[in-house]
Amino acid sequence: MPVEPNHEECARHSKCPSPLPVHNGALYKRSFNESFEETPMFVAVLTYMGYGILTLFGYLRDFLRAWKIEKCHNATERGEQKDFVPLYQDFENFYTRNLYMRIRDNWNRPVCSVPGERVDVVERYTEDYNWTFKFTGRVIKGVINMGSYNYLGFAQNQGLCFLIFFVFRFNLLLSVSFRYDTIPVSLFFSSLQSVFLCNLDIHEELESLVARFLGVEAAMTYGMGFATNSMNIPALVGKGCLILSDELNHASLVLGARLSGAPIRIFKHNNMQSLEKLLRDAIVQGQPRTHRPWKKILIVVEGIYSMEGSIVRLPEVIALKKKYKAYLYLDEAHSIGALGPTGRGVVDYFGLDPRDVDIMMGTFTKSFGSAGGYIGGSKVLIDYLRKHSHSTAYATSMSPPVAEQIIASMKCIMGDDGTSLGQDRVQQLAANTRYFRRRLVEMGFIIYGNSDSPVVPLMLYMPGKIGAFGREMLKRNIGVVVVGFPATPIIESRARFCVSAAHTKEMLDLALREISEVGDLLQLKYSRHHFVPLLDRPFDETTYEETDD
Amino acid sequence: MDVKHIKDYLSWLYYQYLLITCSYVLEPWEQSIFNTVLLTAIAMMIYSSYVFIPIHIQLAMDFFSGIVGGQHESTVALMS
Repeated sequence: MPVEPNHEECARHSKCPSPLPVHNGALYKRSFNESFEETPMFVAVLTYMGYGILTLFGYLRDFLRAWKIEKCHNATERGEQKDFVPLYQDFENFYTRNLYMRIRDNWNRPVCSVPGERVDVVERYTEDYNWTFKFTGRVIKGVINMGSYNYLGFAQNQGLCFLIFFVFRFNLLLSVSFRYDTIPVSLFFSSLQSVFLCNLDIHEELESLVARFLGVEAAMTYGMGFATNSMNIPALVGKGCLILSDELNHASLVLGARLSGAPIRIFKHNNMQSLEKLLRDAIVQGQPRTHRPWKKILIVVEGIYSMEGSIVRLPEVIALKKKYKAYLYLDEAHSIGALGPTGRGVVDYFGLDPRDVDIMMGTFTKSFGSAGGYIGGSKVLIDYLRKHSHSTAYATSMSPPVAEQIIASMKCIMGDDGTSLGQDRVQQLAANTRYFRRRLVEMGFIIYGNSDSPVVPLMLYMPGKIGAFGREMLKRNIGVVVVGFPATPIIESRARFCVSAAHTKEMLDLALREISEVGDLLQLKYSRHHFVPLLDRPFDETTYEETDD
Repeated sequence: MDVKHIKDYLSWLYYQYLLITCSYVLEPWEQSIFNTVLLTAIAMMIYSSYVFIPIHIQLAMDFFSGIVGGQHESTVALMS
């Protein structure tokens, strides 16, 4: 039974946060409810205390390992290289060895079915406290999958749009599941560089379809979403240009920005005052030392931030970009297909013109249930990238079955297949998202992000609760993703649910019931309904200092 | 019935203790070290407060009663 789409439900509900006053309200065509409830003080104190205890025991274990009192399982320096630069002494290694390892069973679980709305997980056990795992030979069947980025439910092995679904994120519950039996393996590898030989008809078709889908002049597709970001930003900006990047941008954008060699300045997450201040300073001051004007200023933002569940304030970003004549790079990895009345992403969600965004980037990995990435924009931009981008020149082109899957799911969303199936999915996702978020907020959990974002982070905070939450949920046949440091700030550990159009109301209700039960068991209902609008977060002048000198 | 209720409550309380102190993710021998250290610290605190607090209270009372009493006496002397 589908959830009834009800746009006004949240606003009417008494326990729900009232719509926040938006700074530039006139720019928005719809209400923009985004909240980040502050961490309760006692929770923060207990969290730090927990990390303190774990750190002390970490030092104890490291001491025992160093004195050969206990067996050392992890990688160590070779004896003959002991005078070289130490490899395993930094904080990240300490954290992996002594904190992450204790709850490692919550990540990288092997999956043995299509990771659709339900998934089969291979059962495993450990005899040495998560250093090694053994399979029991049993399979946990029909786990409700709240962890995949399967927004529109195209990860399926039946119907028009079926293929395999790749999950490439390191912290996902689901590891890659290959189904070699459905497609001949040789078809996967059209392994020639696209600029020389291997641009097939199907790639041309895909690119024109993507351009039509986005409403831009031209588009280009790549075989890998991460490389789309990390290889194209260096083609677009370089020395003498400036990059303004959101502090929570994805690693691929950060890598691309760093590879470009252009100075990077970071603005506070989704904070338009901070962005405007940086833009103003950049124009007034010009380049450091020489004070020549910047050649280009590129603002890099994401549509939906995958860890916070927030939606970019695109109308304001576009207004600023126009005012200061900067360029805008929009990464729609999570938002394409998942947002907007017709599934066209965040531009559609705010009812804006796609031509106002200079570079529209996105991936096919999430909503389309496939793999790869695209860049859309003006014809000039795409022609330039076709000639200059590393991922055009040196990468392999997309394999034809993958392209076929994207074409099938994209046509489904656009309604080109003659059905309203895709449109139904988009609406179903929006309804599911609002329902799921509203119920969680009512239960008293601290939920971050925008009320329309299908990425739903539920705050756990304490390190002991990360492991307990993942285990308790799997015990109740629900697969969730729990996230901790280094993907989040150290005290803001969370569980992240991804709502899908494929979830039925029964599934969501079951999941919500179990989440509530586990929430009571672990005392996770921290919320005291003190919402802090993003714009009211304190300003910290020190973050605007240059990072390039 | 009541005994079972209390037992459930105690086990729930212990579970919360495990989660908050992160003993939940420690190995059993680490847990016993942690519990021993914590119990010892609490026991020492209780013991030392049992031994020293009464003496301190006694001294404080003596001190304050000395001040108050002295004034009272001298007032009486003045009156007479």
